[in-house]
Amino acid sequence: MNIQCDAANNHQVGYLQSMVFHRKLINDQSSYGWGHILLHWLIAFAIIGLYPLGLYIETLDYYDPAYRTIPYWHKSIGALIIFALVFRVLWRVLNKPPAPLPQPERMKQLAKLAHLMLYALLILTLVSGYLISTADGRSIEVFSWFNIPALPFAFDNQEDIAGEIHFFAATALISISSLHALAALKHHFIDKDTTLTRMLALHEDPQ
Amino acid sequence: MKAKFIKGLALASALSVAPTYAADYVIDSKGAHASIQFRISHLGTSWLTGRFNTFTGAFSYDAENPAASSVNVEVDVTSFDSNHAERDKHIKGDEFLDVSKFPKATFKSTSFTPNEEGGVMKGMLTLYGQTKEIAIDVQKVGEGKDPWGGYRAGFSGTVELTPKDFGMTYNLGPAAETVYLDLNIEGIRQ
Repeated sequence: MNIQCDAANNHQVGYLQSMVFHRKLINDQSSYGWGHILLHWLIAFAIIGLYPLGLYIETLDYYDPAYRTIPYWHKSIGALIIFALVFRVLWRVLNKPPAPLPQPERMKQLAKLAHLMLYALLILTLVSGYLISTADGRSIEVFSWFNIPALPFAFDNQEDIAGEIHFFAATALISISSLHALAALKHHFIDKDTTLTRMLALHEDPQ
Repeated sequence: MKAKFIKGLALASALSVAPTYAADYVIDSKGAHASIQFRISHLGTSWLTGRFNTFTGAFSYDAENPAASSVNVEVDVTSFDSNHAERDKHIKGDEFLDVSKFPKATFKSTSFTPNEEGGVMKGMLTLYGQTKEIAIDVQKVGEGKDPWGGYRAGFSGTVELTPKDFGMTYNLGPAAETVYLDLNIEGIRQ
């Protein structure tokens, strides 16, 4: 309740000021807070980076100087995204995103479906990636900061099956992310609404 | 109907009592008294070892007539295990064994030449969709009654394979062009 009062006050402040200094950590009914925005872009940039890195790993020659470092980075960053995603899901459950901007019902449903699939594919990609490297009971070393242990059980040919799923889920994830980005650009340039700017923290929607 | 059955039975029993010059053994993969291990040099600095966990097979052997020995083995290539999941995934992938295309490997012997320690078993190995003749250096380990009413015979063998000959061309370096298979085969007489 307090949150909403604060947000309402916030909207009475001048645009420029409110944009940077008065944006709240948490979402309100019409705008995203810093928490949501940072988590969104953190994960976005991580998966945009990890996908080509993952494809590159497949092409590495045994004598490539990066043969050991690139998989290590890929796994470490991937493992960190698991934590970011858990945090993001909790954040989202505890802190409702702003109401969707007006658009035809059909587009609203499509957007919702795409968002749901992005979450599902992200979870699938992360879990399958984890299952590849931990299939023999080894833990995953995250930048030599800490280790994520393996599950106490494994299934037959786990690394192969998880590997297939990892590739297809990641490819689907990056594909739907691209559609998601195109849709955001369509909203910005064609519909001229604040879909993109409010996720870039560039817009404070007046109530 | 009954006549046919009796005829069939007679034929079957005639076949089963037909004189065999060599005793038939089933490889004890069930009790895991048999293993197919490999080793390959890692950069010339050490031996990397692993094994194929799942395989079945049978052999014929008679100490009186060793030249008549023969063996058939079918290996589940997907059971490749080097105790490192990421490496296993790589080796089972399309740069090496490509197990989704070639899940089975088989060995069928063609001849056995006895010598003092055991002999040389030649035969056709089908791996990675390619069939090549290989030679296994065989040493007899022993044979005799087991404590549970059965009779067993066991051998060990070594094979040198060149993955490149089978079409696996991924470069692991000059020290790693040969893979050595170490075989331990115990059979239970049928």
